[in-house]
Amino acid sequence: MRQVRAENITKVFGQGETEVVALKDASIAVEAGEVVALMGPSGSGKTTLLRAISLIDPPTRGTIEIAGEKIFESERVLIDDRLLRRRRMGIIFQAYNLIPFLTVLENVALVLTLNGISNRESLKRSRLLLEQLDLGHRADTYPSTLSGGEQQRVAVARAVVNNPAVILADEPTAALDTERGKAVMKILRQLGHEKKAAVIVVTHDERMVEGFDRIYHLSDGHLSVEHLK
Amino acid sequence: MNLAFRDVEYRLGRFLLTAVGIGLLLATVMAMNGIYNGLVEDALSIVRSPKVDLWVVQKDTNGPFAENSRIPEDVYRNILAVPGVGEASPVNYQILQIEYQGRTSRLQVVGYRPGGLGGPPSIASGRPILKSRYEMVVDRKAGLPLGAELEIGRITLTVVGLTEGVTSNAGDSAAFITLEDAQELQFLKPNEAIRNERARLQTDLAKNPDLKGVSADEISPILQNSRIANAILVRLESSANPAEVARNIERWNHYRALTTAEEEVVLAKSVVERARQQLLLFRIILLIVATVVIALIIYTMTLEKTRDIATLKIIGAPNSKIVGLILQQSLLLGVIGFIVGTIAISLTYEYFPRRVVIFISDQITVFAIVIGICVAASGIGIRKALHIDATTAMAGGA
Repeated sequence: MRQVRAENITKVFGQGETEVVALKDASIAVEAGEVVALMGPSGSGKTTLLRAISLIDPPTRGTIEIAGEKIFESERVLIDDRLLRRRRMGIIFQAYNLIPFLTVLENVALVLTLNGISNRESLKRSRLLLEQLDLGHRADTYPSTLSGGEQQRVAVARAVVNNPAVILADEPTAALDTERGKAVMKILRQLGHEKKAAVIVVTHDERMVEGFDRIYHLSDGHLSVEHLK
Repeated sequence: MNLAFRDVEYRLGRFLLTAVGIGLLLATVMAMNGIYNGLVEDALSIVRSPKVDLWVVQKDTNGPFAENSRIPEDVYRNILAVPGVGEASPVNYQILQIEYQGRTSRLQVVGYRPGGLGGPPSIASGRPILKSRYEMVVDRKAGLPLGAELEIGRITLTVVGLTEGVTSNAGDSAAFITLEDAQELQFLKPNEAIRNERARLQTDLAKNPDLKGVSADEISPILQNSRIANAILVRLESSANPAEVARNIERWNHYRALTTAEEEVVLAKSVVERARQQLLLFRIILLIVATVVIALIIYTMTLEKTRDIATLKIIGAPNSKIVGLILQQSLLLGVIGFIVGTIAISLTYEYFPRRVVIFISDQITVFAIVIGICVAASGIGIRKALHIDATTAMAGGA
């Protein structure tokens, strides 16, 4: 099943003389269980495309479908963007962005409780996932006590705990060394396949691309695709 | 999972310190309330303590506390003849400065007829006045022990009993002495003054041919009338209507008769009104300061959580969750502050130089105001939080 279909995405910032076209008719489609990379130099529009797909910063033009449902068309957002991200998306940041005043377990469980799942059930499911990621022993500690690699693994757990249709990761290994970065990417690919989610990973690091199903290259707002398998 | 409580728990020390600061500010507001209540209670205690129905005072005056009132002592006999009057007694009020064991203090001295109206409401220690002269019952707060001897003017008074909870509107402790002693203290002049007055009188007599041969020494004691009271206290028969008896006294005796309720209003309006307004203004200013302080604290706490709030938005937290986080923290700050303030004022109110009276109803009002200002103060933080751009969370830097 096609989980992400974004067609002719154009994003324009500013108006008139200050107008900047960040994305120009970019199209991307990702099936369930597929893991794709979005690569390109700084300022090429990688993060802009991610923000557009997640409706954090909707595109200027284009069409976006998530799990078969149209969420953006004809310059109009067709869904509550927060509801969309809460229910169908998992997002991973470069800076981990764990909530510092919640424990590791609570950070993961938060997504479930936001979806109306009881506190007890949320904590139970989150603990199981953390154990699966070899973080069970850290569940009741605060994120500040964790290493960068551990924090990013917690962030991955938070992104996948709700079995989202789409996982968007923005430079998830940028703050990690190669070994830890590769470990995080491995978990991400593994969970993407397991949970039948469409995974889009923004990265500029060539060392991290092994195991991806496809690589999209962005340059000056234009998207091209490289098939690896 | 309550985000507000979890955040507070995470930053517990700092949050509690902030709440203590707010609490001390609120304690000041409560103290102001208490001082105002104490002011009113003090002012009214002297009116309430005799437990009488009417105060008969000099015509066109507001009675012994708000204005000078002089009335012949024996008027009480005429008043006793008014239908409905059960008891009537003359009383005298004056402020005296005394010195005891090197310590100077002021007393609200009440002169009354032992066995009549106007005496101490109760005796906490010692005994009531039994002799017709030179004994005193004083409020415990004056710090005078039983048996203490005070030389005032030309007389020496011995403390024979202690009472409690009776003060003047200025907060001075009340002292009860016999009317005769009080009149002597208030109206009898020193010997030198009497001599000077007689010499002046003799000169005046000499100028008038009709009064030739009249000696100043003979008529001076007659002119120097000290049988003056400041008010006549009246207790009515149970069936009597106070307003009607007051009307009759005013019509027949040409004096002003005020009910105790009216006397309380006079005192409250004329004596403590300005202080009340002053304290009210202070309270308003302090509450505004508290609102601004809470608003700034909440705003700063929100700024500190900018990235976290942006993250919450990105992971799909609804606005209600974010508003709840800020509002609950603001309310928690107010509630803890209120508790700290209440504890602080409960532990310290006895040490204030003036009486501080804390009423439950006032505390409930303060609590309601605190909740109100917390909600209002959180507005600026909530506004900031709702305007935080979700993309802030996507900026780099671990």
